[in-house]
Amino acid sequence: MDTALILHFLTTPLVFLIWTTFLKTFILLNVVLGVVSVTVFAERKVSAFIQDRTGPNRVGIPMTLLGGKKDIPLWGLGQMIADPVKLLTKENFVPAGVNKFFFWLAPKLVLLPPLLVLAVLPFGSSLFGVEMTIANVNVGVLFIFAVTSLSVYGITIAGWASNSKFPFIGGIRSSSQMISYELSLGLSIIPIFMVCGTFNINEIVDWQIKNGWLVAPYWPHGFSLDQLLHPKDLIHSLTAGVSLERFLLWIPMMVSFVIFLVSIFAETNRLPFDLPEAEQELVGGYHTEYSSMNFASFFLGEYAAMFAGSGAIVSIFLGGWSLPIIPDGSHGWVWGLVNIGAWFAKVSVILLFMIWIRWTLPRFRYDQLMKLGWLGFFPIALFNIFLTAIILAVVHH
Amino acid sequence: MAIVVNRPKLTLAEKCYLPSLFAGLAITWKHLKRALFNKGIVTMQYPEEKWDANMPDWYRGAPTLVVDENGREKCVSCQLCEFICPPRAITIKPMEIPENDAWRKVEKRPEEFDIDMARCIYCGLCEEVCPEEAIFLRKDYSITGLNRAELVHDKKTLYKLGGVMKGLTFKWNELK
Repeated sequence: MDTALILHFLTTPLVFLIWTTFLKTFILLNVVLGVVSVTVFAERKVSAFIQDRTGPNRVGIPMTLLGGKKDIPLWGLGQMIADPVKLLTKENFVPAGVNKFFFWLAPKLVLLPPLLVLAVLPFGSSLFGVEMTIANVNVGVLFIFAVTSLSVYGITIAGWASNSKFPFIGGIRSSSQMISYELSLGLSIIPIFMVCGTFNINEIVDWQIKNGWLVAPYWPHGFSLDQLLHPKDLIHSLTAGVSLERFLLWIPMMVSFVIFLVSIFAETNRLPFDLPEAEQELVGGYHTEYSSMNFASFFLGEYAAMFAGSGAIVSIFLGGWSLPIIPDGSHGWVWGLVNIGAWFAKVSVILLFMIWIRWTLPRFRYDQLMKLGWLGFFPIALFNIFLTAIILAVVHH
Repeated sequence: MAIVVNRPKLTLAEKCYLPSLFAGLAITWKHLKRALFNKGIVTMQYPEEKWDANMPDWYRGAPTLVVDENGREKCVSCQLCEFICPPRAITIKPMEIPENDAWRKVEKRPEEFDIDMARCIYCGLCEEVCPEEAIFLRKDYSITGLNRAELVHDKKTLYKLGGVMKGLTFKWNELK
């Protein structure tokens, strides 16, 4: 077989779609699992700094193991490798009396949904004409909701299969927490559908590129790099972005953003909503009985969920991979890479915010959490839908 | 009698958590920013930095044997410390001072004096009970060894750690 024939085969539309999708999946999966490890390290470092400690600062290049005189600490960056190695090499202990099948199944169920969510998130514009979304589905946002609500099964099954009281309470708490926040999570996003008119996340991102990020009330219209040389065009594009509709719509969008953000915290079991884990009361909650790689799967699942949640926030509210002035990937592969970088940078900011919040707020009490979900966010999210509808109806006519 | 505790009335701003949330974020941000520039960190990097200089005088570290200012051993091998030691860490093998020795009147001295540091609980009772002021808890706290045998301090080690301790010692007075 000659190379021309192979190239021809690889560029036929269907085959091209299949191998690029596999390649994208493979790369994204590995990058995300790497990012999880970096996030754990960042969490430890940031938490240490907030508490006036130094955090991990020893593990670097072990020169003494290789016959050197002194280790190179590298600000403790080696901790990112040391942590997983420790978890992998520990004994995977299964206590007597657990339901073995579900005990093994639960960590996988926790890990799976966040990774599935990543499939529909547009993490870049395009690179060499390949769209930087693994699956550009029309029901993207609904897909996210459908999949993330599955993650509660993993936690509940883990709590039940452990046959121990603390994990059981953790599992119960988790399911009730998920139910109360899933509703406001779903309702908070409806105004976005009304404004953008689509369920497709790629189209929501496109809408934001044209009309400005959903959390930003003001956006220059048709702003581009070459306009910087023509002041007249520049002023025109700056003033064209000012509209009453955008400023009015900014109010419900911000409400949606706050509710969505808080619900993502609850969804990913992060403080102040980490009641299922609650190490002080429940000794670690649903993963009390787990060790080694099974425990690491929960860990991985939690951080992957944080990443996926941040990705959803960025894609829906913060303009996805877009940055002002920067063109998309169709103008050259460099811009494609810049777009991917922009998406990851925005996600990192949200992740850092999550860590920051964790070390700021104490945990909510169980009833406070329910009250906030059902009596706070649920009515506000409902009211927000009507507010958006009224604004859209009044301004359009 | 039941005590009624009146809960404070919360304002709307307090009820919706947001002002206190931002105040908290500001505080943690301040600490984070300060720590990023390596200021305000209270952690001591242990093996490189030590607290030894600030150790109080009453610090109870490893028990040791001391000699007086003339380099003579104070212990008379009375074995009181051995009997009072709660974890039985001390083992003394007493020895009679020979007839022809100049200090025959002292009568006894330890031939072997072992303190098992794997057992010692640093209670300081040996120091309290010693009638000759021969055993003292010094400031050594980092006692390590690769096996149990290494953790047993023999007489030589104990004197090396203990050093000299000045004070009144009647037994060396020829008149008493």
